[in-house]
Amino acid sequence: MCAASSPVAGRDGLPVLDADEIRRALTRIAHEILERTHGGDEVILLGIPTRGVPLARRLAARIGEFEGLEVPCGSLDVTMHRDDLRLHPARALGRTELPADGVDGKTVVLVDDVLYSGRTVRAALDALNDLGRPRAVQLAVLVDRGHRELPIRADYVGKNLPTSQREVVHVLLAEVDAQDAVMISDDGSKGGKP
Amino acid sequence: MLILDTAEELASLADRPIKKLPTLRGRTVVNLFYEDSTRTRISFEAAAKRLSADVINFSAKGSSVAKGESLKDTALTLEAMGADAVVIRHGASGAAHRLAGWVQGSVLNAGDGTHEHPTQALLDAFTIRRRLKRGSTRGAGLDGLRVTIVGDVLHSRVARSNVLLLSILGAEVTLAAPPTLLPLAVGSWPCAVSYDLDSELPKSDVVMMLRVQQERMTDAYFPSVREYSRRYGLDVARMARLPEHAIVMHPGPMNRGVEIAAEVADSVRSTIVEQVANGVTTRMAVLYLLLGGTEFPATQIPAVAP
Repeated sequence: MCAASSPVAGRDGLPVLDADEIRRALTRIAHEILERTHGGDEVILLGIPTRGVPLARRLAARIGEFEGLEVPCGSLDVTMHRDDLRLHPARALGRTELPADGVDGKTVVLVDDVLYSGRTVRAALDALNDLGRPRAVQLAVLVDRGHRELPIRADYVGKNLPTSQREVVHVLLAEVDAQDAVMISDDGSKGGKP
Repeated sequence: MLILDTAEELASLADRPIKKLPTLRGRTVVNLFYEDSTRTRISFEAAAKRLSADVINFSAKGSSVAKGESLKDTALTLEAMGADAVVIRHGASGAAHRLAGWVQGSVLNAGDGTHEHPTQALLDAFTIRRRLKRGSTRGAGLDGLRVTIVGDVLHSRVARSNVLLLSILGAEVTLAAPPTLLPLAVGSWPCAVSYDLDSELPKSDVVMMLRVQQERMTDAYFPSVREYSRRYGLDVARMARLPEHAIVMHPGPMNRGVEIAAEVADSVRSTIVEQVANGVTTRMAVLYLLLGGTEFPATQIPAVAP
């Protein structure tokens, strides 16, 4: 199910996916979402800030292209529901924006860039719980790097990337970082995505 | 600015069916109120509860304070009971600052004497920003807005905090008050001073009316309430002289008929009820930023607990 054969999974800040590969992965995920939800009726895409939000928008745009279907798209900030708040200084909050109809009875697809421990997704499930009762919740991620600490699994994966816990995966997106790429580096100095 | 942006995100919570976040679960916030207060205490309580913190309310009446216990001993008692934050309202200026040196937890100043009332200033700034800077308010300051603060500046902690905060955010602040109700040191404040309200009105974007604090007035500061009201009260005729978009604010509680006419207080331009709602959000933001993480960088704290 891998999006494309990547250059040998680099260990020193090497690119894992380039812009074209990210584009193809998202295209495939968009098709998979349509397939799995029988045409994408009653589907809502919710991105988890920061980089899940542009990914959700891109997926919505793709689905619009393929099926002429307008999929509501929003963002879900999970900061207040994290279990590691006490381990860091207080974080600035992201934005939560729900489609006007809310989430009740809809199929919600959570979108994030990297799936790692699964704790962000757990927080997202809690946050969602306060917002309503979706009919089903699914998870789409661009990169699944393993090392889960909770029983959580993604429904749609852009790329499975075997990593060691010392490594850091950086997802760069044009909307936020001015370019599209997924990089992997050893013990990143930028303190990447937990 | 961080506080205002955080409050902006938290504001959406008020529209949701479940107005509660689990963030401060297991934390204890003590409301230590030596002076009477309705909105500030309830606002802090609501803010803490929406973040799932436990709230202990303390008012000086009916407590050991009546038996003569000092502020320090009371505070240490509360700390021994495990308070993570103390919200204090006290009649003496500087009480919160003293308290901060005595206890480990965070101290939030909810008004100390005639000195400061920082969260009120924050919620006022938040209200102004939401009302007058439409569109993307995130990260925006109050540049170019003219704010006129009218009335009993001498006894007002709200005025002092607002002058400091609003001028930091880029607004031009003018105080309009009778000379007897201005503090001596007003010349060193970052604001202009006027004795004539009517000449200030046409150029104001925001008019903030202050309560005439009769309980703090030991001398005769003006000949009569009626005369004060004639010269500095905001009535319908004066409101008509404001620019089209201008808003009228009041920190509450109002003396209807003294500093503000009932018709003005209930008009669409008045943000008085909105200010109360924003108070809860702003205080949630402050509590979250103080208690949500581990240690907060020391440089950020003075904004909240001077």
